[in-house]
Amino acid sequence: MSQQIIFFLLAAITLTSAIVVVTMRNLFHAALALMVSFLGVAGIYILLEAPFLGMAQLLVYIGAISMLIIFAIMMTRRLMQTNETPFNSQVIGSLIGSLLVLAILVLVIGRLYPLAPADAVLQTAPQVDPAVLQSSVARMGRSFVSAEAYVLPFELASVLLLAALVGSIIIAWPRRGEEDNQ
Amino acid sequence: MIPLSWFLLLSAALFCIGLYGVLARRNAIAILMGVELMLNAVNINLIAFWRYFTPDRSVGLVWATFVLTVAAAEAAVGLALVISVYRSRDSVIAEELDTLKN
Repeated sequence: MSQQIIFFLLAAITLTSAIVVVTMRNLFHAALALMVSFLGVAGIYILLEAPFLGMAQLLVYIGAISMLIIFAIMMTRRLMQTNETPFNSQVIGSLIGSLLVLAILVLVIGRLYPLAPADAVLQTAPQVDPAVLQSSVARMGRSFVSAEAYVLPFELASVLLLAALVGSIIIAWPRRGEEDNQ
Repeated sequence: MIPLSWFLLLSAALFCIGLYGVLARRNAIAILMGVELMLNAVNINLIAFWRYFTPDRSVGLVWATFVLTVAAAEAAVGLALVISVYRSRDSVIAEELDTLKN
């Protein structure tokens, strides 16, 4: 029961701040609401007994990505203090479209995984030995570097991060001749 | 005591809010924020399925970690592009970037 209350609190925090993110006119406030939304998602991870992912969410999303977004907003701030509408001309169409997608998803989820399932397996998270959950991070770490599991995607991810690092520096570097009028 | 479908519904709602943000906002940074919300929704799904069906294997956590990695790379490159566009066009409004139109 208490788990359900925590779930509803986290879901309310996440969804409310997500709605604020997409509707707020002031982009800086939207970025702050985005951080709150990430925090709610981190709480959901911890509720799902994946504390490592929750902490990674805190570090990567709240610590790094939100900071990057706020930096980008501040560097383009001159345009943020506008009173124009934050939406483009297709706002009604996108609202209807995303509501339709939501309706389809709810329909499919309701068909496959009923809200109040009779099947005991789906009613609550399966009981597993606490030692299994506690060792899940160790197992994940081992499978990252094991040749039978995910060592190739792991190395590819490091190449991807290096490419993104170099690429974003090159992209954001001022072109020759632009330095004068900065 | 939480059925799996609750997590899936939360994730579906978060995904659709992000989708709306991506489709309806004018500012390129706001569009990126919508993409981040959608990636978070996907990750909730992955972790929920991991916990309910394969808690004794690591595949769900590994997938979610890769999504996290790719999201970080995507945000860095995307924001660098936004800064670069702002330098050359003095605008981050997605509609005004129409060089390839016509």
